Formats: sequence, structure tokens, C-alpha cells
Amino acid sequence: MRRFILRRLGFAVVSLFLLSVTIFFFVRVTGDPAVLLVEPGASQADLDAIRQQFGLDQPLPVQYGSFIAHLARGDFGQSFYYRTDVLELYLSRLPASLLLATVAMVFSLVIGLPTGIVAAVRVNGWWDSAGKIFALLGLSMPSFWVGLLMILFFSVYLGWLPSSGSGTLLHVLMPAFALGWYFAAAHMRLTRSSMLEVLGSEYVKLARLKGLPEALVIGKHAFKNALIPVLTLAGINLVLMVNVAVVVETVFAWPGVGRLLYEGIAFRDFPVVQATVLLGGAMIVTVNLIVDVLYAVIDPRIRYER
Amino acid sequence: MSLLLDVRGLSTHYVSARGTRVTRAVDQVSFALEEGETLGIVGESGSGKTTLALSLLRLLPPAARIVAGEVRFEGDDLLRKPAAEMRRIRGKRIAMILQDPMASLNPLFTIGDQVAEPIRIHEGAGRRGAWVRARELLRAVRISAPELRVREYPHQMSGGMRQRIVGAIAISCEPRLLIADEPTTSLDVTIQAQYLNLLRDLQRAHHLAMIFITHNLGIVAKMCDRVAVMYAGRMVEGGPIRKIFNAPAHPYTKALLESIPRLGDGRARLTAIDGQPPDPANPPAGCAFHPRCPRVMDHCRQEAPPELVVGESQTARCWLAADRR
Amino acid sequence: MNGSRAAGLTLAWRFAAFRSEGFPLLPTLILLTLALVAIFANVITPYNPEIGSLGDRFHPPVWQAGGSAEHLLGTDHLGRDVLSRLIFGARVSMVVGFTAVIVAGLLGTGLGIVSGYLGGWVDQLIMRITDTWLALPALTFAIFLAAIVGPSEMNIVIILAAVYWTRYARVIRGEVLSLKERDFVRLAIVAGCSKRTIMRRHILPNVLNSAIVLATLMLGVVIVTEASLSFLGVGVPPPKPAWGLMLADGKKGLMAGYWWLTVLPGCCIVLMVLAANLLGDWLRVKLDPQLRQL
Repeated sequence: MRRFILRRLGFAVVSLFLLSVTIFFFVRVTGDPAVLLVEPGASQADLDAIRQQFGLDQPLPVQYGSFIAHLARGDFGQSFYYRTDVLELYLSRLPASLLLATVAMVFSLVIGLPTGIVAAVRVNGWWDSAGKIFALLGLSMPSFWVGLLMILFFSVYLGWLPSSGSGTLLHVLMPAFALGWYFAAAHMRLTRSSMLEVLGSEYVKLARLKGLPEALVIGKHAFKNALIPVLTLAGINLVLMVNVAVVVETVFAWPGVGRLLYEGIAFRDFPVVQATVLLGGAMIVTVNLIVDVLYAVIDPRIRYER
Repeated sequence: MSLLLDVRGLSTHYVSARGTRVTRAVDQVSFALEEGETLGIVGESGSGKTTLALSLLRLLPPAARIVAGEVRFEGDDLLRKPAAEMRRIRGKRIAMILQDPMASLNPLFTIGDQVAEPIRIHEGAGRRGAWVRARELLRAVRISAPELRVREYPHQMSGGMRQRIVGAIAISCEPRLLIADEPTTSLDVTIQAQYLNLLRDLQRAHHLAMIFITHNLGIVAKMCDRVAVMYAGRMVEGGPIRKIFNAPAHPYTKALLESIPRLGDGRARLTAIDGQPPDPANPPAGCAFHPRCPRVMDHCRQEAPPELVVGESQTARCWLAADRR
Repeated sequence: MNGSRAAGLTLAWRFAAFRSEGFPLLPTLILLTLALVAIFANVITPYNPEIGSLGDRFHPPVWQAGGSAEHLLGTDHLGRDVLSRLIFGARVSMVVGFTAVIVAGLLGTGLGIVSGYLGGWVDQLIMRITDTWLALPALTFAIFLAAIVGPSEMNIVIILAAVYWTRYARVIRGEVLSLKERDFVRLAIVAGCSKRTIMRRHILPNVLNSAIVLATLMLGVVIVTEASLSFLGVGVPPPKPAWGLMLADGKKGLMAGYWWLTVLPGCCIVLMVLAANLLGDWLRVKLDPQLRQL
């Protein structure tokens, strides 16, 4: 198991390296990075100063070295708009994003797991068809449009929920549902296919041959096995939710990292944009690593692998 | 000896999703089984052996339907039993060992949990009591150090051990009938022999009746009292093992027996059966075996033969048998 | 199944597949209609989609009180005709969606074939890049690129292709790895075909099905991403009538209850994405059963 974890750790490091190269590469080769790194409307003197400061006249490997050195120190630059350290800014927005993602995840699992199980148990039946339509709609309706419709219905017509902002539990409901909607469909699909696969397995057949009640066959023998891939996906999706919430957060003016990214674009605050992408990618690489390790803990087949 | 199982005219069909194609996987099969007796069911893959076994337990895949017949077990027709009662028979009165021991155990639960499960369900035993029994059962199927093994997971066991554990699960509630569906196909030859010996010992110790599904006639000869040969969903020949092996009435049985290689018989050619088994969804008219039959007659192409009595407790579905009589 | 795939699907077989039951007629019709609408946008639109009159702001659709037959689906905050903008929006979505999917497909399929067939360090390099790019959330990555290159229709296509080619590369490479071991490829190697020829003549035709299925499924994803980018103001630049941009504008009238500005563009997006997904699902089952897990 230790070797397994070390190997995964190695993959993660390679991924992080390539991630930084990717970001670095795109900033340098697509035009003049100095233009991106100075505030909008800066003078030629400012541009030259920035070139000096970041060593943009140096060869690329040297530039990359100093880029990495800055990142390693946690120095993602200064925000032009907020005039503060970008990392601090990012971290101050993270809790709101995590709250939103967690509630969205609860929605998506509460909707996705039962519908997926029912669809698999009643495969090709009425429930299954309803589930298929739901999944298709979920994957086809952009989350921010769902959010806009909810505002129209619950805030404008019914006046039940606040249309934007944060602070109370009521504020989180609509953005979380809009964000969780897409993932509910994804979780439903995976639960269904994973359940179907498990229900066709020999060990479920044996559980039935033992004379177990159907509830136990499905609830114990099938569900626990079917849950492994779903939980894996959910773990990755939780982090993905933090990083794809840009549009939903913009719609609801939710003060998370997605909204920060939007502000970064709107105010042409490039250091903020770059940091958000870098940190988002790093988060996903890390969670992939964690999920792999957790996998090893849950699944005895990997746990005892030497 | 008393009659334990009496199957009459059992037919199971697979219906395609749109109901347009019907496959007669099991077609008018009848046989009987005494207590403590072993019946071997042989046939090529796709001949309906497994569907027959699952029909007896009413655990068919959703596309399959039992369309006719009765399955009398200890006097009652299983096909008429309510689902809850049927569930109490599975694992308790009738147990089954599946083809693939590697896949039959749930990877996420311990061996002890899985062996103890039927005992807890059917006999209402507590966890502790059931686990004590589980250890005894593991010992009975010759697993060493059962007190350690109960806490381990299936992936830590070899194929032979897993299959013995599946055997332990099967006998855990002392069933009257054990159905073994090609239980040794995925095992090494040496382990096969051990496992067959184990099954026979268990059978004697518990006075079990057994249905042994296989395509290996050597195993049938070793294990069974009687044998039934299936072809394209039908039971083409059935009878006591000596009679079938010495005087097979059906050309298919004859061909099967000739395809067994024999030691010390250097000159005899190993004969394979010409042609392919029929498409079960679209069987040939008349006798399903006629396109491959070396002794095919005009009659065979037009009308499927009924079950004909050939000798004492031997039957065959073949027009040749009608002539012989 | 494997035999027929190895030989490349015959035309007759493809035709039979299309004729068989379950063909998604409605989604195909929707896509065709949208395509026609997009092509003939300037013929059928009643108004110039980019010019409005401030005197006609926020007219509701014709069936609602205050609506008029002059603007069937109402007007937006600048008094522009919503119907005309929706029609031209179809053109934007179609052009951006199809071009991006095709460019990404060419890039991804090409690199996937090269990576899978050549193996070695080329494969390592391409696959590590693919893995890393796949790890980046697509939308965030697209926003990042958009922030660098700035908004324009052309740039959107480049960005979407840069973000999504990896999906093709991953799948196609996997297919190539198994094709490589097949007899007909080995035969071609023995016959002395060059690597180039084998990749073009023997590998490419056999991965084409997967590429087409992927492209159809990708269409929906790409359209939603484009709409999201436009909604955020880094996609299609205003005053061009893109559906995502219309939704962003619609938000200005949302709290006042001008529902048509939010509901109608969204419906158009959903209609197109739904149609693409349904068609893609059907193609996946018909053309490439191996992709069912996707």
C-alpha cells in the first residue's frame, strides 16, 4: 500500500509540474506577458519596469525558474484591484465556495443516489425512463440558466428566496441547487450504471441464492459495491464544483472563488485570474491523489496490495 | 428412498425487449430426483443447462419467463409458491454453487460474514452463534486455520479455497438439494479432483441430493447416479449412468461419448461433432439435432420426436428409439 | 462485431444502422431546423439584431398584455427584437459550436493516433499533457485563455479547441492501442507500409466512428461552454447576438420580471444541446458500442 501511495504521489507531482508549465507557456507565448502583468492603462515606463521585475528579457527556462520560485513561496502576485496578496484573497473566498459546493453536493447525492438505484432496480421500467429524461435534462440545461429560472420563480414571482448575496441559509439554497443540478444528473447516471453492473454480478446472484430478502441484496451486497465509483466521482466533483461555480456564483453574486475569477476578468486583474486557475488545477490534482489513497483504504483488494 | 424433486414439462423462454423474438431456452423438460441421488446434466454451452437450474430456483434474469410445467419439491409445486416462501427455500432447502468461484464472493465483506449470512437469515442465529457455525463449516470444507480465515477477504484466497468457501455457504443450512453449475471449470485439474471428492463426501455426510451441471462426461461418470443430456433446450436422453454410457440411444449422446479421449486406445480417432449447435432463437424444424446427425432420416426434418421410453428408466427423444422399440 | 470493425464498417452496414429502429428523428429535425435558420438568418429575420430603438424597450411577447405583432417575442433592454437576435444567435452557436468541435476533433484525433501508434516518448509527452489539461476544469481553463487572448468569435473557437482536444486524444489513443495489435495492421507492417501510410490508411478509418460519436457528444458541451463564456463577457463580444450574451443582458430585466429575456435564449440553448446529446447517444450505441461507458 505504501508503494501504491508513493506512486500516486509521483504522478501528482508530475501533473503539478506540467500544470505550471502550461500556465507559464500560455502567458508567455500568446503575446506580450508584460501587457497582462501591468494594470490596464499603464505607461511604457511601467511596462519596462515589469519586464525588468519579472525578467521577461531573460531566456524562457530562467523565467520559468523564477516563476516557480515565486509560486513555491506562495507568492502569486498582487491583485491590481484589491491591492492585496492574491493568495490571501483566494483563501478568504475559499470558505464560501466550499460551503456552496458542500450544499450542492448534498443536493446532488440526495437526488442522484436514490433515483439511480431505483432506475437500476427497475431497469427499462417507468422509473428508469423518467430517470433517463431527468439525466438528459440535467446534462443539457446550463447550470446558470437553471439559476436564472429559479431567481425568476422563487425570488421575483414568489418572493420566497433572496435573489443574490450571502449570509443566511436561505441565500445558499438556490445557487447550491443550480450548481448541484448538473452533478445530480451525473451522479444518477453513474449510480445507475454502476448498480446495473453490480446487480449482474455473480456475488449478487449468490446473495439471492442464499435466500436473502431483496432489500438486503440491494442495500447491502449491491449498494456498497456500487457506491465505490460514485463516491470517487463525488469526491472529485466536490472540488470541481468549487472550480466550475464561476457562472453560478456570478448569477447569485455569491462571494466565492468563482466570483473572484469573474471579478478578475471584469477588472482585467490578471494575477487573480492566473492564481485562480493555478490553484484550481492544483486542487483537482490533489483531490485525485486523495481519492486514490481513500480508494486503497475502502477497498480491501488495494489495501492489502504490497 | 423417496422422491425429492419431480420436474414435469418445464419450459422457460427468453423474450427479447420488444417481444418479437422468443428463445426456447428450456423446452418441455421432465425429470425426477430421489433423495440422496445425483443427477448429471450434460450438454454444450447454450443448451439450456444453467437456465434450467435457475428456473428451479426461480432466479431467472428479467428477460426469461417460465411458461409451462411444474417443479414439485418435497411435494409442493415451487412455481406456485409466493415469492417470500420461495425465498425461504433458497439457501435453506435448495442451495446452488455458481460457475465462477472467483466472482461468487462479495469482495467487500469478510469470509465469515458471507458464510454466516444464510444461517442468520434462515435460522435467526445471532452474530456470534452464526460465526461459530461459519468456522465449523470452513473446517468441514477443509479450510485450514478457519478462525483466522473468517476475518479475511475473498481476494486473499486462492481459487480453490474460494470455491470451497462457496461450498460451505451452500451447505450452511443443511439443504436437501444442492445444484452445482459447472463448479470446477475454472479450477486447476488437481484442485478439481479434490473439490469433487469434497462434494461427494459432503453429499454422503448430509444425505444430499445433487444436480451436477457439466459438459465433462468424465466428471459425470465419477459423480453421478443418473444422467440427462440436453440439446437446444430439450432433454434428449436420460437414464441411469451405466445404461447411457454403455448403450446410448440418441446419436448426440453417442457423439458426446465418442468425443472423450481414452487412454490406451491409441488407434481410436477422437471424433468431434460436425457442425455448430443451433441458434437457440431460431432452431431447425423437426428434431433440433438433425442438421448434425449422422443418422438423420426424412422424418427427423419434419417432426420433433417425443420422449420415448427406451429401456428400464431410460428415455430418449429420437425417432431411432421408436424403431428400436 | 469485432470482425466487422476490424475491416472497417461497410457502407451497407452503416446504412442499415441508420435505417433501424430508434432513430432520433426529432433531435435530427431540431438540429437541421436550427442549421437552416442559421444559414438563412438574414433572410428570415424581421429586424436588424444589433440595432434597436430605445423607445421600444422591454416589449413583452405578442401573446402577453402590452405585446404587439411587430415584435413577436418582445424586445430587450435596448429595444432590439428578441426573435431576430435568437435567430442570429443560432448562427453564432452553430458556427462556433461546429467549428470548435471539428478543430478540436482534428487536433485530438490526429494527436491521439500519433500518440497511440508511435508510443515511446511521443506518447508519454502527449499523454502527460492530456492528463494535465484534463485535470483543469474546462470552464476555468477556457476563461483563463480568454483572458489572455481577448474576446472574439475566432478566439472562442481556438480556445474551445485548445480546451477540448484532449478528450478526443485520450479516447482515440486507447482505440489505437488495441487496433495496433490487430492482424490487419500487423499485415500492413509486414507488407512494408510506412508508419504514415498505416496511420492514414489503416488506423484512421477505424477510429473515425469514435471520433464522430465524440464530436456529436462534444457539441452540446462546447455550446454550453460558449454560452457560459459569453455570459461572463469573455466570449462572443457584444453587440453580436449570442445566446449566452442575451442571457447576460436578460439579467438586467430579471428582477423586473421580464421573463422572456431569460427564458427564451435558455430554451434555445437547451433545445440545441438536448438535440445534440440525443443524437450523440444514439450514434454512440449504433456506431461504437465500446464507447457506451463514456
